[in-house]
Amino acid sequence: MRKSWWKILGLVMVASAIVGGLLGPVPVLPILHETIRNVYFHVPMWFAMLTLYLISVIFSVKYLNSGKIEHDLLAVEAVNTGVMFCAMGLFTGMLWANITWGEPWPNDPKLNGSAIATLMYLAYLVLRNALEEEQKRAKIAAVYNIFAFPVMIVLLYILPKMTDSLHPGSGGNGTFGDLDMNNHMRPVFYTSVIGWILIGVWVFTLRYRLRLLENKKNQIS
Amino acid sequence: MKNSIAALFLFLSSNVLFAQEEIDMATGLRSSGKIYVVVLVLLTIFAVLGLSLFLLDRRIKKLEK
Repeated sequence: MRKSWWKILGLVMVASAIVGGLLGPVPVLPILHETIRNVYFHVPMWFAMLTLYLISVIFSVKYLNSGKIEHDLLAVEAVNTGVMFCAMGLFTGMLWANITWGEPWPNDPKLNGSAIATLMYLAYLVLRNALEEEQKRAKIAAVYNIFAFPVMIVLLYILPKMTDSLHPGSGGNGTFGDLDMNNHMRPVFYTSVIGWILIGVWVFTLRYRLRLLENKKNQIS
Repeated sequence: MKNSIAALFLFLSSNVLFAQEEIDMATGLRSSGKIYVVVLVLLTIFAVLGLSLFLLDRRIKKLEK
């Protein structure tokens, strides 16, 4: 129990974000109405994904330095968990967009960027499975992953900011500026973000530990 | 406990203040108290999810030994 305090913290933080997010005061805005509360649940998915992809890149770099197969396994499971959060972010975003923007997938640079980024990471997972030899697979996957990360950042966070996007933070207005988030919302939002990141990291460690066990079992048999 | 009830009351009263503008919000639902059911349902789902994560954690820990 000593080492699992952060897991409990993550659960408590998300649980309080559920209560605060549904009951707390929010700004009264046209079009958005109560759906503004989605900020507490849709956006943290992307923060969790970003954190997991970052963890993955760090372990890919570490793998290239050390050649330890554990680092490769850590990198791939971080991407696996990140893709899970990415899917949740995409689906929740589509539901939200359908109500507020009129269609689930409007032609928005951020949406299209996220689609390309998602495909890029799915390609990473497919590429890994296509290679048989363990060392070669780990090395190629690590190099691919290191290239994919900055491209994902550009597609999701830089290009949409340079053009007009339906998402906040584009076309001159700041992300999480005073228009779309007030000071009542901020504490709940950041609680939710940190809570989901902790849960994401937890799922990632579980997946890694399982993968490690499978790996050992395969080597014995 | 007293604090949390006070906090809940604060949440509610500030909602009423916000709702005085013309834009439709779910205040009717909330003032009738029924939004709490949804909150409880979500918390239940989330609690079970968290518990199952913990159980999974423990099973993996056993396997590792």
